[in-house]
Amino acid sequence: MNQHLRSFAALSALTIFVVAAAGDPSIDVAKSSIVATFTEENVPVMDAFKRFSGRIDYDAAHPAAAKANVVVATGSLDTGSKDYNTEVSKKEWLDSGTYPNATFVSTAITPGANGHFTATGTLSLKGRTQTLRVPVTVSRVGTATAFDGTLQISRKYFAIGSADWNGVVSDVVSVTFHILE
Amino acid sequence: MPDQALAPTAAQAVSMPGYTRTAITLHWLVTLLILANFTIGVNMVDLHISPLKLRLFNYHKWIGITVLGLVLIRSAWRLTHAVPPDEPMPNWQRIAAHITHAMLYALMLAVPFAGWLYSSAEGYPVVYLSLWRLPDLVPKNEALASVLVDVHVSLAWTLAFFVAVHIAGALKHHFFDRDATLRRMLQWRRSGLAMTPTGGSKER
Repeated sequence: MNQHLRSFAALSALTIFVVAAAGDPSIDVAKSSIVATFTEENVPVMDAFKRFSGRIDYDAAHPAAAKANVVVATGSLDTGSKDYNTEVSKKEWLDSGTYPNATFVSTAITPGANGHFTATGTLSLKGRTQTLRVPVTVSRVGTATAFDGTLQISRKYFAIGSADWNGVVSDVVSVTFHILE
Repeated sequence: MPDQALAPTAAQAVSMPGYTRTAITLHWLVTLLILANFTIGVNMVDLHISPLKLRLFNYHKWIGITVLGLVLIRSAWRLTHAVPPDEPMPNWQRIAAHITHAMLYALMLAVPFAGWLYSSAEGYPVVYLSLWRLPDLVPKNEALASVLVDVHVSLAWTLAFFVAVHIAGALKHHFFDRDATLRRMLQWRRSGLAMTPTGGSKER
């Protein structure tokens, strides 16, 4: 089982590498992370999405003109176990067969104090959309630019997980991103 | 055990030296928790993913941590309180019984500890009774977790083996040898009569 997982991880890493090498300024997936945090009976669980892509056009001189477009493969949530990875891809959870991607597309950027901005945008997930306002921190990492922030969504709003799970898995899911490009 | 040679006191002459109430309570409480947790553990792993499965995993962890804590207390109690002398028996049986006891103590600590390590390596912190988050013993590591789960399960089955030997020995002493080995772990004596082989009244 672990060998399969390892080959899968190696293959994903290779795919990510190829995708990252192909485009002009786009997300450096290998150095970025998108992690979902929730609780299972008060036990904090952090699972990362392994595949995502997109770009953030950001010019420090004109922050208000920035644009963000991030696509996350819903089937790439790594729970650390093959069984649970299969489970969360199922219809009652992320339904990655029908909705393989979740997207966030910015509609407005509001610059804040040094290195901060608020990205207002539309999150599309499992066939539903929600307008979110996401606080983002920008910093320089060598020659790259890092965008950090956390957004919170409601599992129930996006119909992720059937009702019998509501007493066990928290409704609020925090998505923490560290995007480098 | 080295104290058994001491001359019995007057009180001991009328009452068999036995286990302290604390020792008896801890013995049966830990027995109950281990049997419950072994049953949960064996059955929960094959369940389909469901809220029940997640709950059982958590209950399994809570019970395991409880056992770990109680056995630490029990070990401290055992090291500071004399136990009744062995019933007469062949030397090989005495040695086997003592090895079994030592293995039981070691495994009662090792099984939950390995489980805690495994849970940490899987990336699931143990939140005791859903209230207190225990520290992660190791960082999340899939390769390590796959080793630790085998360690935890193998140790649990080894514990089950020694529990079986322990029960078989107790029943053999009770029904074949007809001695007090099993009875003294059931004898809830009045504290006034409680005398340890060292002659002190240590009953609680």
